[in-house]
Amino acid sequence: MVVKVATKHHRKKLFSHAGRRRQTRSLFGNIIIFTVLAACGVFMALPLVYAIMNSFKPIEELFLYPPRFYVMRPVTSNYTTLFRLINNLWVPFSRYTFNSIFVCTVTTIGQILIASAAAYSLSKFKTRISWFFPLVVISLLFNGTVLGIPQYIVLNTLGIVNTYWVYILPSLASSLGLFLMKQFMEQVPMALIEAAKIDGANHFTIFLRIVMPSVKPAWLTLLLYAFQAIWAMTSGSTIYNEELKLLPNAISQVLSGTIERTGASAAGSVLLMIPPILVFILTQSSVIQTMTSSGIKE
Amino acid sequence: MERIGIKKRMSVFLSGTGKDLQANYQLYLLAMPFMILFFLFVVIPVFMAIVLSFTYFNMLEMPQWRGIDNYLRMFLDDDIFIKALVNTLKFAVITGPLGYMLCFVLAWFINELSPKLRSFVTLIFYAPALTGNVYFIWQYIFSGDQYGFINNFLIQNGFILEPIQWLTNEKYMLTVIMIVQLWLSLGVSFLAFIAGFQSVDQSLYEAAAIDGVQNRWQELWYVTLPTMKPQLLFGAVMQISSSFSVAAISQTLVGFPSKDYAAHTIVLHIMDYGTIRYEMGYACALTVVLFLMMLIFKSIVSRILAKVGE
Repeated sequence: MVVKVATKHHRKKLFSHAGRRRQTRSLFGNIIIFTVLAACGVFMALPLVYAIMNSFKPIEELFLYPPRFYVMRPVTSNYTTLFRLINNLWVPFSRYTFNSIFVCTVTTIGQILIASAAAYSLSKFKTRISWFFPLVVISLLFNGTVLGIPQYIVLNTLGIVNTYWVYILPSLASSLGLFLMKQFMEQVPMALIEAAKIDGANHFTIFLRIVMPSVKPAWLTLLLYAFQAIWAMTSGSTIYNEELKLLPNAISQVLSGTIERTGASAAGSVLLMIPPILVFILTQSSVIQTMTSSGIKE
Repeated sequence: MERIGIKKRMSVFLSGTGKDLQANYQLYLLAMPFMILFFLFVVIPVFMAIVLSFTYFNMLEMPQWRGIDNYLRMFLDDDIFIKALVNTLKFAVITGPLGYMLCFVLAWFINELSPKLRSFVTLIFYAPALTGNVYFIWQYIFSGDQYGFINNFLIQNGFILEPIQWLTNEKYMLTVIMIVQLWLSLGVSFLAFIAGFQSVDQSLYEAAAIDGVQNRWQELWYVTLPTMKPQLLFGAVMQISSSFSVAAISQTLVGFPSKDYAAHTIVLHIMDYGTIRYEMGYACALTVVLFLMMLIFKSIVSRILAKVGE
């Protein structure tokens, strides 16, 4: 009980931005802000809106000259075509869906657990593995794309090419996940942990019962980043068994057909867009809260 | 004499280790899974890339030592690498900083909005980076025939008579990819900056106003930027990481290999040698060069950021 109150109070102090600052705002400045935001907003949003529009256009509108941005007579035939094409795939579509959901779930949960366990030990205590964190900070530079070939050699040596492990294991070692979690955990008051220790709790209990509940924003953030990255993942040269491939692969198979499939392809990508956007809407405030402590101190 | 010294020191160290293990083994156990995976998929790959870069290795036979041959070949004998290098550097010095500034300026402006509007606008700006593979839609916008959106716009308004082959003409390819890369650049660093702006202690602004800070620009330079330094460095690292690894966009929009390798990047070159030709030694040497470039850029950027707000 006491513990809960303390964390809540602590969080409130850190994250309240009540009250506007008192600097006077010039009208000219406001106009610039509005114009820049509007222009960039249009640049960012139009391609996505265009994809949505295209997904509802009947075929004659897709190839209309001059091309139109808006859909005049919206139809859902692109979506039905998509589902028909999907059902004709060699590997059943449900298999791709299962793969994506399975890999996403396992990796996201695994990443959160593994990264927070390490973050707990690295953020709250000075031990002989304190040298490890700076290494993680450097590795933030090297993402999976850059490490691709040497990682492939490792996967090959381990003999796990062409299995689910290819998706899961490298993603579990996410530097970004550990980094964000560790920085956020720094704010958990040490007194909480000390108090639990005096009550006789061991580190596992303290980690699971006290620290994890109070860093909920951080694990929601990891959830967003992990989910987003894995949802968009396509299987490169490490997976050649069609039955192990993920949803984006299935959709791109549909798209790689003839020109009549333009509408269906738009429909497919619109459907793939929805889950990450939903996850972000649900986690946005936690993500922003977590990113507050994302800085690298040198 | 010295030997005893070492022995003594060793035994002190070992007994220290024993005590340390006894006291902290739970902490080490908690950190272990991540550390093992991190070594397996980050540390070992980096070291392996360095070692293999001095060999010829095709994944079937044992690697053969070749000294610095791979590096010599890269710079003296591989014109396509030079093209890829130049293109990658263009991304690093153009889209990298531009994307970074875009993230920063938009986060700054968004911070002036009311909280509700702020989260909506954040969603709009973050959506492209969030949705992953949707950038293929730019293919329709930059389509080379008159059905292409840009072409149609330019023809209708009399700027051009013939449609421009945006995606196959080597003059325009790279620019198109840069625009799409910018479109995708409002990612993790953008969110970090938004958070950074929100977390600046409001009393600092009040104090600064008393000290004579008069407008938004001074407020930004003397108060906001210095307090946001750690976020700025984090954002820079993320931006460097993404601008040096451009590959999939180029592959999707202009094909692989692109015409005359006009949109070739180092990562694409690595993929070419690693996954198609199976020349792993050469691919690793390319990877090492990429690592070095990223580290150099990072140290330059952190030096520049150290001067912010002074």
